[in-house]
Amino acid sequence: MDKVTADVLSIDPERVAKEIEESLRGIVSRELHRRGGVVGVSGGIDSSVTVGLCARAFGPERTLALLMPETDSDPETLDISRQVADAFGVQTVVEDITEILQATGCYERREEAVRSVIPQYGIGWKFKIVLPSVVGSEGYRLFSLVAQAPNGETIEVRLPAEQYRTIVAATNFKQRTRKMLEYFHADRLNYAVIGTPNRLEYDQGFFVKLGDGAADAKPIAHLYKSQVYELARHIGVPDAVLERPPTTDTYSLPQSQEEFYFSLPYEGMDLCLYAHNQGLPPEAVADAVSLSPEQVQRVYDDIDQKRRTTRYLHLAPQLVEAVFED
Amino acid sequence: MEPNQANSEAVERYLRDFLSANYFLGEDPSQLAASSSLIEAGLIDSTGVLELVGYLEEQFSIRITNDELLPENLDSIENIVGFVERKRRSGQAV
Repeated sequence: MDKVTADVLSIDPERVAKEIEESLRGIVSRELHRRGGVVGVSGGIDSSVTVGLCARAFGPERTLALLMPETDSDPETLDISRQVADAFGVQTVVEDITEILQATGCYERREEAVRSVIPQYGIGWKFKIVLPSVVGSEGYRLFSLVAQAPNGETIEVRLPAEQYRTIVAATNFKQRTRKMLEYFHADRLNYAVIGTPNRLEYDQGFFVKLGDGAADAKPIAHLYKSQVYELARHIGVPDAVLERPPTTDTYSLPQSQEEFYFSLPYEGMDLCLYAHNQGLPPEAVADAVSLSPEQVQRVYDDIDQKRRTTRYLHLAPQLVEAVFED
Repeated sequence: MEPNQANSEAVERYLRDFLSANYFLGEDPSQLAASSSLIEAGLIDSTGVLELVGYLEEQFSIRITNDELLPENLDSIENIVGFVERKRRSGQAV
């Protein structure tokens, strides 16, 4: 049995960058009949690489970096996003989406749901949603709400389904508002909206339907996250992004992606997903991710379950009868 | 009979009604075997487990701890009925 090692996902970044650039140019001009790209830049690794690739593919003058902070965003986000745009010489537009989110009731609806399980939640409090570790237990993982009082005291309670769904649904206003603005700028400039999911996110359904899941092209959706980092270093993404731990930057308390969604930090998740895609048994990757084969099996099971439960996110509207005929 | 006093047959009926009302269990839900896996087969998802736990706690006046969120307690109708029975027998009803 061949063992998976950490270098199995190494790429030739210049070759990969060139392939993506060429593909992007073809998709945007020949297929979409647009003349450039809009990218929502969050200061994270994926959007930074995507905007860099767009600048290389279309030219910096035909790439727009849209910066869309809101009240829960990390204060560093805007500055880091500007550094990214500067590094690639692309134009930026800042759209603070806080007022739009207030108008939709995003914050109010969410806080009402939080208060229904933590009545003392109020001004100055912060919160996030977390999941227990996959590898730590064979049990089902249920979402908990973690709230922090202004004095630093934290409370954790299991979330009832209704409140969980309300909080997520209200939070999804953020991704959908951002996408609406990306399409506004794309329409006015005759550009395409370029999406930023990496392979983990795309495969595992870590996106909001018609929010960050919507785009005209998704140029890095085939790349594992560690490959996105390799590409980032090669094309000159600023160190501030490379050194920043991946977060959702969505809730008022900082939330890591593995607290909310993935079973493992991305390096381990990449290797498990790769091994599972190759049909390799858990033993083949266990050493590389420092887990027991039983724990890897739980990660495999979690991968399969997420594929099942998020399949609908990938589906186009379902028709009763086919409409277009080739 | 009140749900929190129901015998195991009645618990199963309440449970089947809840599952049929909330999830797609096939064309004829009554044909779903009591031993069929609900979660592994994708009949209910992780949010469904959250709903199921909330339903069981409220309907049968029990409190389910995180340590009890296991397939042997919750992954089939017969497992759930047995789990509810054990919880009530052990006096952990609240």
